[in-house]
Amino acid sequence: MTTTTDLVSYEDALASYDPVMGLEVHVELGTKTKMFCGCSTTLGAEPNAQTCPVCLGMPGALPVVNATGVESAIRIGLALNCEIAEWCRFARKNYFYPDMPKNFQTSQYDEPIAFDGYLDVQLEDGETFRVQIERAHMEEDTGKSTHVGGATGRIHGASHSLLDYNRAGIPLIEIVTKPIVGAGERAPEVARAYVRELREVIRALGVSDARMEMGQMRCDVNLSLMPKGSDTFGTRSETKNVNSLRSVERAARFEIQRHAAVLGAGGTIVQETRHFHEDTGSTTSGRVKEEAEDYRYFPEPDLVPVAPSREWVEQIRAALPELPLVRRTRLLADWGISATDMQAILNAGALDPIVATIGAGADAASARKWWMGELARQANESGTALDELAITPEQVARVAGLVSSGELNDKLARQVIEGVLAGEGGPDEVVEKRGLKVVSDEGALTAAVDEAIAGNPGIADKIRGGKVAAAGALVGAVMKATRGQADAARVKELILQQLGVSEG
Amino acid sequence: MTDSTIIKLTAAETAARIASGELTAVEVTEAHLARIEAVDEKVHAFLHVDREGALAQARAVDEKRARGEELGPLAGVPLALKDIFTTAGVPTTVGSKLLEGWIPPYDATLTKRLKDADVVILGKTNMDEFAMGSSTENSAYGPTGNPWDLTRIPGGSGGGSSAAIASYQAPLAIGTDTGGSIRQPAAVTGTVGVKPTYGAVSRYGMVAFSSSLDQGGPCARTVLDAALLHEVIAGHDPMDSTSIDAPVPAVVEAARNGSVQGMRVGVVKQFRGEGYQAGVIQRFDESVELLGELGAEIVELDCPSFDLALSAYYLIAPSECSSNLARFDGLRYGLRVGDDGTRSAEDVTALTREEGFGAEVKRRIMLGTYALSSGYYDAYYGSAQKVRTLIKQDFDRAFEQVDVIVSPTTPTTAFAIGERADDPMAMYLADLCTIPTNLAGNAAMSLPCGLAPEDNLPVGLQIIAPVMQDDRLYKVGAAVEAAFVEKWGHPLLEEAPSL
Amino acid sequence: MPGITREEVAHLARLARLELKPEELDHFAGQLDDIIGAVARVSEVADQDVPPTSHPLPLTNVMRADEVRPSLTPEQALSGAPAQEQQRFKVPQILGEE
Ligand SMILES: [Mg+2]
Ligand SMILES: [Zn+2]
Repeated sequence: MTTTTDLVSYEDALASYDPVMGLEVHVELGTKTKMFCGCSTTLGAEPNAQTCPVCLGMPGALPVVNATGVESAIRIGLALNCEIAEWCRFARKNYFYPDMPKNFQTSQYDEPIAFDGYLDVQLEDGETFRVQIERAHMEEDTGKSTHVGGATGRIHGASHSLLDYNRAGIPLIEIVTKPIVGAGERAPEVARAYVRELREVIRALGVSDARMEMGQMRCDVNLSLMPKGSDTFGTRSETKNVNSLRSVERAARFEIQRHAAVLGAGGTIVQETRHFHEDTGSTTSGRVKEEAEDYRYFPEPDLVPVAPSREWVEQIRAALPELPLVRRTRLLADWGISATDMQAILNAGALDPIVATIGAGADAASARKWWMGELARQANESGTALDELAITPEQVARVAGLVSSGELNDKLARQVIEGVLAGEGGPDEVVEKRGLKVVSDEGALTAAVDEAIAGNPGIADKIRGGKVAAAGALVGAVMKATRGQADAARVKELILQQLGVSEG
Repeated sequence: MTDSTIIKLTAAETAARIASGELTAVEVTEAHLARIEAVDEKVHAFLHVDREGALAQARAVDEKRARGEELGPLAGVPLALKDIFTTAGVPTTVGSKLLEGWIPPYDATLTKRLKDADVVILGKTNMDEFAMGSSTENSAYGPTGNPWDLTRIPGGSGGGSSAAIASYQAPLAIGTDTGGSIRQPAAVTGTVGVKPTYGAVSRYGMVAFSSSLDQGGPCARTVLDAALLHEVIAGHDPMDSTSIDAPVPAVVEAARNGSVQGMRVGVVKQFRGEGYQAGVIQRFDESVELLGELGAEIVELDCPSFDLALSAYYLIAPSECSSNLARFDGLRYGLRVGDDGTRSAEDVTALTREEGFGAEVKRRIMLGTYALSSGYYDAYYGSAQKVRTLIKQDFDRAFEQVDVIVSPTTPTTAFAIGERADDPMAMYLADLCTIPTNLAGNAAMSLPCGLAPEDNLPVGLQIIAPVMQDDRLYKVGAAVEAAFVEKWGHPLLEEAPSL
Repeated sequence: MPGITREEVAHLARLARLELKPEELDHFAGQLDDIIGAVARVSEVADQDVPPTSHPLPLTNVMRADEVRPSLTPEQALSGAPAQEQQRFKVPQILGEE
């Protein structure tokens, strides 16, 4: 990692070249059991406690396909507008690696279960870009190795490694795009938007939590450049295991600049795997293999072909949930908001909570207001995700309801939310315990108004003289006297009424 | 009853005597353990004898009977298990140095079925390493002798199993048949061996050689005994995706009602000619004549693609084995060589495999790696799979005309140990007649049809039935067996020299 | 029939993770050549319009329900391991991709 890489500026790179990208995303399915055996997939088990002869690759053990794994693959395929194979097989991908117990990966080769689809993705400004999908196929995950003796658990310099096969055999769906061309300078943004959209789709389908930080979704970024005006693809680099949305964008951007520098200096790009480094935002070359991989794929003889009946496929299609882009388009129209506002909601991860809050009875505007305002602020302050805040959409809807019925004003509502988040109970309980009720008794309010007028004769005179704006000071005094529990608008009305002044 | 009488009983007779109380399972087991003690030093059929386990199983059978519980048809009958099936707590080596000392943590489905049927497992039998071979000379633990002539091979890969029953060390044994490894040993030892239809017997826990060809099956001294064992081990297993989910054909009933009356029996012209020993052809022709006398109609068949079967087999089996055996890397179980703290996992794996695998296994791994590698796949593996289709089509056409096909099981009788060791191509010819059924998946049996006049060694008659018609083997086999025993005046094995 | 060279054998041995001895390379080069020469006849059917058979029986869609079955205990899983540490399989250093 000591080699420095010369870069050219992003603008210069794009002035001379068009980027071509290919994105390969692996998604770990959230099935209860592994792809080919009945071992549990629960996270956090002790090492090698979720293994059996099958997923340890013991002599004599045989795989049996997880039906839910196949169904999930079909769901993903359909959601990505793919065709679903009428007949396909698993294949063995043969190569030796210690975290792969059989020393072949059971995968699919030339007969993927889903192929020829597309996914429309939305860029920050609301523009839509269609990414063509080559295929989505089923395979299995590897075990996990820990490297001992080297610096910070790296392979390099380790004296030995320790293997835990709990993850070995967990179902993976690999989704491969066709070459993405024509994105130009927006290529890195397209990459990020694609992975995000894919993640939303996977989550909407309920087939995986697709949490990149947990390794449940991993992206390989393949990138090459072709000189402007040419339509011949250049040699690509393959940046492996890029594990956040931001990194996907940065990796693509970095590779564009690196390729441009190499090509610009008259060099050639080596087809190789590269590693992305979060800290520097750069990539480095992987180990150069002395010879090309030859995976010697052949049909898996221990598994019989998968031939999903058209009836089954149509049943699955009919049961697909509304997909994220369709849903967003519908909500955008329903709510009458701008694409930018919607993007902000998405970026904040507020869409699902808002929809749930509306489902619990709140009106759309106040649901958006609370989640994008006070709750977003609280989440930001405490460094948690919106959907991890200790308040439910039902509770937010209740707060909104109390405000619209006039029982709370915004200021009190914020205190209620604070109470709920602090674990003091539900909204009604917090209102009760903290005594947070708007004073709506006209008699009590009038008395407080009279008191404020009497206590501030100078201000009262100014108002009588036509300076309506000065009423704010009296409103403040009333609010203070009622400990904030008065409806400020009503207080202002009463003050003006008592002083015989009309607002208009 | 004396030990020497007990060990000569058939499995059916033994089970009947245990059920009636005439013999106890412990007596039977002890008689066989004593026989093993007496002769196996010479024969070397067993790699591991599980004396304690066998006696415990036998005691359990006797207790069951004492409690008045009903016993299964093979309860208390001893069996020799090919060392390719995993046995929880009992070593499983697959004839390889690489798995020396490995004690599996799980039972193969077949092992479980045997135990559930109260069959007494005496131990694990010798075999060609990873079932690759036709002579049992490729075992890392030394060869097995043929009880008819200890200087000759007992066939392979399941030579240990066939030698064990031919030398009365067990009335029953289990073999596996990828290209003939049950039938060819049966033929050269004068015993009965059956390769059931692919998918009839679970492969779960049977260490894979070539997944699309491997099939476990029964070895016995009589057709009825083989049928009784067939019924115990066959049947659907949800742990094996290639297992047939359908009722097991009524093989025992067929074996009890042997007949060829009115059946059409096919003789394939490709199964004779160059490379066939004269005495083998002579006994085969006599068998065909006998079938005619017994009421069968003989039909001449042409199956041209059979000429390509051996070639297809020697591409498919090595290809699948090159992948199946990749897991033996010295990291999770078995042998590890060269881990001196400086070498990488990659190097240790390569050294382990180099040291742990024998020459034949390495040869096939290399051959398979070649056949699957990019640039060669279509010409070799791909073409071999097409040949497979053609062979299936030949069988389909043949079975439109006949009920079963017969052939010699092997082109020659048992050859001498060492004779073909350095000539893989000559060795491969031993499976010339057995391979087509492995490629097509259908069922076949070998049973004795006499001794070759030139060397006085057993000749096997192969009967081939369509997929899932395994009962036909037993119906025809029982009829032929009865006719021969009547003709000879005794079972063929009686003519074997005593050890 | 193109002969299989020693270099090709060495390449195959690397793919198959076999540390063949020099004399084995020569020996196998000759034998593989003989065997391939003998079995290459199958390519006579390469151009024929015949579907390949990968599985002897025409089964499809054999699947199991997504239900958890008991795993081995870690002790059983590791019982045959040549070396272990911290309830994990201990293996020599891996030549990785860094
Ligand atoms: Mg993959
Ligand atoms: Zn498992």
